[in-house]
Amino acid sequence: MHGPAIKLDADNAAVKKSKLGVILFYAYTLVYIGFVVIGLVNPELLSLHVLGEQNLSIIYGFGLIVLAIVMGFIYNALCTRMEDNMNKK
Amino acid sequence: MIYTVSIWAIIIFLTFVAIVLGLSFYFAGKTKSAAGYYAAGGHIHWGINGIAFAGDYLSAASFLGICGMIAYSGYDGFLYSIGYLAGWIVALFLVAEPLKRLGKFTFTDALDARFNSKSIKLTASISTLVVSIFYLIPQMIGAGDLIVPLLGLPYWSGVLIVGSIVIFIVATAGMASTTYVQFIKGALLIVFSTILTIYILNNGLNLNPGDDYHKFIKIGASLEGKKVTGTTDSSYTFVDSHTLDNKFTFVRLEKQGVQRWFKLSKDSASLDEMLSVSTLEDGTKLYNGEPQAAAKFFQVGHMSKIIVDGKEVEKTGPLGPFEFLSTLENSELVRFTKKDILAANTTVWFQTPTSGKDMLSPGLLLKISSKTGATIWDKLNFFSLMLALFLGTSALPHILIRYYTVASQRAARKSTIVAIAAIGFFYILTLYMGLGASVNGVLDVESSNMSGPLLAKYFGVGLFSIISAIAFATVLGTVAGLIVASSGAIAHDFMDKFLNMKMTDKKKVRAGKLAAFGVGLFAIMLGILFKGMNVSFLVGLAFAVAASANLPSILFLLFWEKTTAKGISWSIVVGILSSVFIILLSPAMYERYGLAKSLAPIPLDNPGIFSIPLATIVLVVVSLLTQKDNKDKVENYHNNK
Repeated sequence: MHGPAIKLDADNAAVKKSKLGVILFYAYTLVYIGFVVIGLVNPELLSLHVLGEQNLSIIYGFGLIVLAIVMGFIYNALCTRMEDNMNKK
Repeated sequence: MIYTVSIWAIIIFLTFVAIVLGLSFYFAGKTKSAAGYYAAGGHIHWGINGIAFAGDYLSAASFLGICGMIAYSGYDGFLYSIGYLAGWIVALFLVAEPLKRLGKFTFTDALDARFNSKSIKLTASISTLVVSIFYLIPQMIGAGDLIVPLLGLPYWSGVLIVGSIVIFIVATAGMASTTYVQFIKGALLIVFSTILTIYILNNGLNLNPGDDYHKFIKIGASLEGKKVTGTTDSSYTFVDSHTLDNKFTFVRLEKQGVQRWFKLSKDSASLDEMLSVSTLEDGTKLYNGEPQAAAKFFQVGHMSKIIVDGKEVEKTGPLGPFEFLSTLENSELVRFTKKDILAANTTVWFQTPTSGKDMLSPGLLLKISSKTGATIWDKLNFFSLMLALFLGTSALPHILIRYYTVASQRAARKSTIVAIAAIGFFYILTLYMGLGASVNGVLDVESSNMSGPLLAKYFGVGLFSIISAIAFATVLGTVAGLIVASSGAIAHDFMDKFLNMKMTDKKKVRAGKLAAFGVGLFAIMLGILFKGMNVSFLVGLAFAVAASANLPSILFLLFWEKTTAKGISWSIVVGILSSVFIILLSPAMYERYGLAKSLAPIPLDNPGIFSIPLATIVLVVVSLLTQKDNKDKVENYHNNK
């Protein structure tokens, strides 16, 4: 039978972290879908200036990349706190 | 294109190769066990693993392919950057920690953790091989493309060199040497891409990319009705003209024994010079009417109008990152569009003035606006691509195995976040590198993949040498990861687990090395066969196959308790077959077969929109039909929850 290459400690926070992951995944997916839907339904919108001299394509595209990084840090901070609280020996 | 080889490029390249080989020798002595070979012992620091993730993921597709695509098609290339990065969200939030908890060495281990099923072992190992091979092809193409300007060697030798070095890296120390090669390469790629971007911004925009940039000829056209019969310049003799798509008229003229191609302008007033490659009956190729050695086939891409504060200027001087984008958006540049004139055995690239506004919005490559004639298939193609990119990352076996090189779930999560930050930053830079290449006269129209390195050459041979050596290492790092994944699929999943060959630890390592050798040779062959295709496009297909074959299985295994071994196996089979079937009948592949794109029976280049839901439905239906099998399943996963 399989198993991790090295022995892992029990993780009491696994279920809570998993739920948090699913919520954040849905949140990001929604923003991503928004971009795709604009491209499909009204791509001309992407050429409109929305912030200073930058068009929606640039702002949304950069935004998706930056949002992924920011959400990653938030997720890690929350997961680490859950692990520290729930896996106390 | 003829390139001048720099001695510095050769020295830096050889130094890099020596370091890589030295690392492999160093780790070879330490890699005795299967855990060491396949998972680097499971004790890599999360920070190093995160950058190694970036080194693994930022393949030839990211640096060579995306930059090239942005340089030729603007924002459409950047869509790949967005999709590739967004895919990491699925990996981080849904896959990273559970997969770390389930697996041992390979992605198949994780899928099979609850079932101990022969069919999963077989289908998942085949899937790993298929996806890895799809991913290997563009990497080898990138290597071949790079070696031409870097060392002045022919394309095939680049493929051979990369193949040989990677076989050596993997066959000596497996995942340990691979990890450190990827770490070094990932870090260098990000640092030097940042430096290149600073050069681009400091250079700003300029109507004249350089003193040696070719000045395109424009001569008056003589017409009878709508037909071109000659020119107003008596030094040229009219040869013939060809009209394509009822839209473009291409004219062949001769001067001093050299035939050159021109395009009739939209207002039919002038003939504009083009680039051309003609193949003669004996197979000889003429570049702009002359043999390749005459070096008359120049690099292109320039600004045709620069607007600052509503006024036309010749150059801007240094620009800030956002100022660069807004100035470009207000201005106009000249792209080069490719057309094949089959009747004359000639490929031409003609000047296409393009507004900055079009360059910085989707639509130049992927038709998505109904106003520009996009059909429902074009829109599906766009949707399909964005879906495959989003879902593909967390289904790539060579990425997933990196979760087994760290010590804990927390380390797996942290290394994913380091990877997202590093990769995200790099992808933002791709927009600047691609746009920089499009306006500084560096494009080699025969290979979009070379745009990034050739842009570096524009700023100096030193930077070009370093960037090219890093790009070459980019290919090395990714190919090494792919070959580790493939060798694990063959030796660990198939031979050891599926065939139950009961190998000792030592024999497992030897089998892995032999498998690495075999896959490496196969990759060399494919790299030579697929010369000339854009590497990012091909990686997009690898993502689609991965997302179709693997992702439904991974997600349903983690989140749906009714998933059965048969459901997973059938989903993998249907995912692979349906995605590969659609790809083989797609317009892009028809072009590859030498047939007209319009003859393709499936007018869709990216299969994800059909193959991913199909594989998911199969998984659900087969699982529901085989619920009784689940009584025997091993409860490892839930016991560990």
